[in-house]
Amino acid sequence: MASQEILREEPSRGSFINDPRIRSLFFQTLVVILLFSSIWWIVHNVIENLQRLHIASGFGFLKSRAGFDISDTPIAYTSDSTYFRALVVGLLNTIIIAVAGIVLATVVGFLIGIGRLSQNWLIRKICTIYVEVFRNIPPLLVIFFWYSGVLAVLPPPRESIHLPLGSFLNQRGFYLPRAVWGDGSWLIGVAFLLAIAMAWFVAHRARQRQRATGQQFPVFWTSVALIIGLPVLAFLLSGMPLTFDFPKQSTFNLTGGFWIKPEFLSLLLALSFYTAAFIAEIVRAGIRGVSKGQTEAAAALGLRSGPILRLVVIPQAMRIVIPPLTSQYLNLTKNSSLAIAIGYPDLTATAGTVLNQTGQAVEGVFIMMIAYLVLSLVTSFVMNIVNARMALVER
Amino acid sequence: MKHIAIGILGAASLGFMASAASAGTLDTVKQKGFLQCGVSTGLAGFSAPDDKGDWKGIDADFCRAVAAAVFGDASKVKFTPLSAKERFTALQSGEIDLLSRNTTWTSNRDSALGLDFVGVTYYDGQGFMINAKKLPGVNSALQLSGAAVCVQSGTTTELNLADYFKKNKMEYNPVVFEKLEEVNAAYDAGRCDAYTTDQSGLYGIRLTLSSPADHVVLPEIISKEPLGPAVRQGDDQWAHIARWTYFALLNAEEAGITQANVEEMKTSTDPNIQRLLGTEPDGKYGADLGLSNDWVVNIVKAVGNYGEMFERNVGSGSPLKIARGINALWTKGGLQYGPPIR
Repeated sequence: MASQEILREEPSRGSFINDPRIRSLFFQTLVVILLFSSIWWIVHNVIENLQRLHIASGFGFLKSRAGFDISDTPIAYTSDSTYFRALVVGLLNTIIIAVAGIVLATVVGFLIGIGRLSQNWLIRKICTIYVEVFRNIPPLLVIFFWYSGVLAVLPPPRESIHLPLGSFLNQRGFYLPRAVWGDGSWLIGVAFLLAIAMAWFVAHRARQRQRATGQQFPVFWTSVALIIGLPVLAFLLSGMPLTFDFPKQSTFNLTGGFWIKPEFLSLLLALSFYTAAFIAEIVRAGIRGVSKGQTEAAAALGLRSGPILRLVVIPQAMRIVIPPLTSQYLNLTKNSSLAIAIGYPDLTATAGTVLNQTGQAVEGVFIMMIAYLVLSLVTSFVMNIVNARMALVER
Repeated sequence: MKHIAIGILGAASLGFMASAASAGTLDTVKQKGFLQCGVSTGLAGFSAPDDKGDWKGIDADFCRAVAAAVFGDASKVKFTPLSAKERFTALQSGEIDLLSRNTTWTSNRDSALGLDFVGVTYYDGQGFMINAKKLPGVNSALQLSGAAVCVQSGTTTELNLADYFKKNKMEYNPVVFEKLEEVNAAYDAGRCDAYTTDQSGLYGIRLTLSSPADHVVLPEIISKEPLGPAVRQGDDQWAHIARWTYFALLNAEEAGITQANVEEMKTSTDPNIQRLLGTEPDGKYGADLGLSNDWVVNIVKAVGNYGEMFERNVGSGSPLKIARGINALWTKGGLQYGPPIR
């Protein structure tokens, strides 16, 4: 940049009090010293006060037996497990809800965002109402709406609503048949991976061929045929090694099958519907941000509307969309701590219980802060990589 | 959310607290002019606001008793409703002066949390409640294998529940909430089959359900839950005041001093009663504690003796109708025993 070069060339004159470099160095050192001494003072005071108040401190409690149970355990956990494992279970639950929420929010958000630009008056208005409603309600209320307003009023387990394919819906959650894979089912997985590899290869060759000869090849449909066809073929060849475990009525609840608890369901729906409203606006802004001249120029080159959208508009829109999208993903992850209101055992809930059972508030809050910080930094890191790949390659 | 806020606040206040020894709690309380007392967010019989917003219950009355002992005025108390998770941090950080919130006395809480338990104002045990209408034929907690059980997080109840099902090799599905009202609402809505907490609490909660008659408390008691008030560790004077307020309530009952007869009892010539009510010439039992000599008179005038407190809040005078049982005085076959004031 020109302005910086001018600054650099300017020689520093006069007494060294007026020297901007020395001055900035002095103030920076001062700030660092102040910062570190105040951190030291706080840490020192915490330790001293904890000792004075006879409150146990340190992280030794992480190795003790937790003694409480958790309802959703992605990894093996019993009340005999350690506090550390309880925290890991909480962290995994947070990651699960965050990832599921991000995927769902992105899908819903893109649909609504594109819907707001639709030519169809009804679709456009419905999408506008959706955005205005969900964007203006606090997420906690949306969570309560789903939990107390929708899922809690469903019938009790003994009067479950029967849905197609042997699934059930009641106030204890959503019960689906669980697929049980038999012998030889590894073949299907192998076929699936093979299909992806072949699809990639086909796409690569098609691009080369188009560059060399200008001829196009229906890459998309070939890939779909490969990715669906090969595993189905493997499934048939290996003798259909698939049975289903259907949910059954027992004394209290339905047992067996795959059970999605209402806490998870309402949190997922609430977080993704809430965040989707913001994503929709980001997507709309992104598409609007691509100047009309681009579309017209592409049309002048003879491209049809499909390729225009895919090759010209979306790549440019994505560059506008991704940075604010990252913020929404971070918001969703952090908003997942509202799970505590409806008893989903996320990190905040389990760490809060650990904090209470051990009474070590300082350590408990510290662990929570570090965990959320790391989660957010990892999310930004991944999104920054995506952003870098999407960014305009300047030549 | 709130407990995190208090946690951070607690952590921050620990950080910024001046490291020099602070003034005793008694002086601080007197200077403030009121007692800040931590209670539950609403448990009938123990601490719950009535329709006028006044806190009612044994735990709330104990706060009033301490305020009466300190100020001679039971109204000089402010209540802080706390969830199970928030309570210890609130006491540790100095947000409250006294925790009187149906809290179980355990060795860990007494030794590692910076708290001192004052005594056992209510001997309780953990039980289960089910909806008998929805689950006919279930009449024992041992039949609960596979049930979804509602429980409040951060309680000894949560730990006992895990132990009980493990010991009896039964499966269950915990449905855990932070706030009592959330657990109540979830149980009432049918989210879980059983509700577990202290038995006294179950009776209180049953009254708040939409159709109390449908629900039964199962006979099993699966744990010891000695409930009592707690103070911050390291302030002996303040701990003594809280502890002897509790003993004074017991001794008043034993001596037959009631809210109604306390004034005429002051003329009693029984040396035991004279010592208790501070009418003994040269007696200074109140002053030794840092209080006035008629501290017991103030307490009994404000809330009555222990028996009156019990009957009014959880016993025959209340909708809960819980029998004295092991909470009777030792002279009547119970466990409540007040060391002598002399």
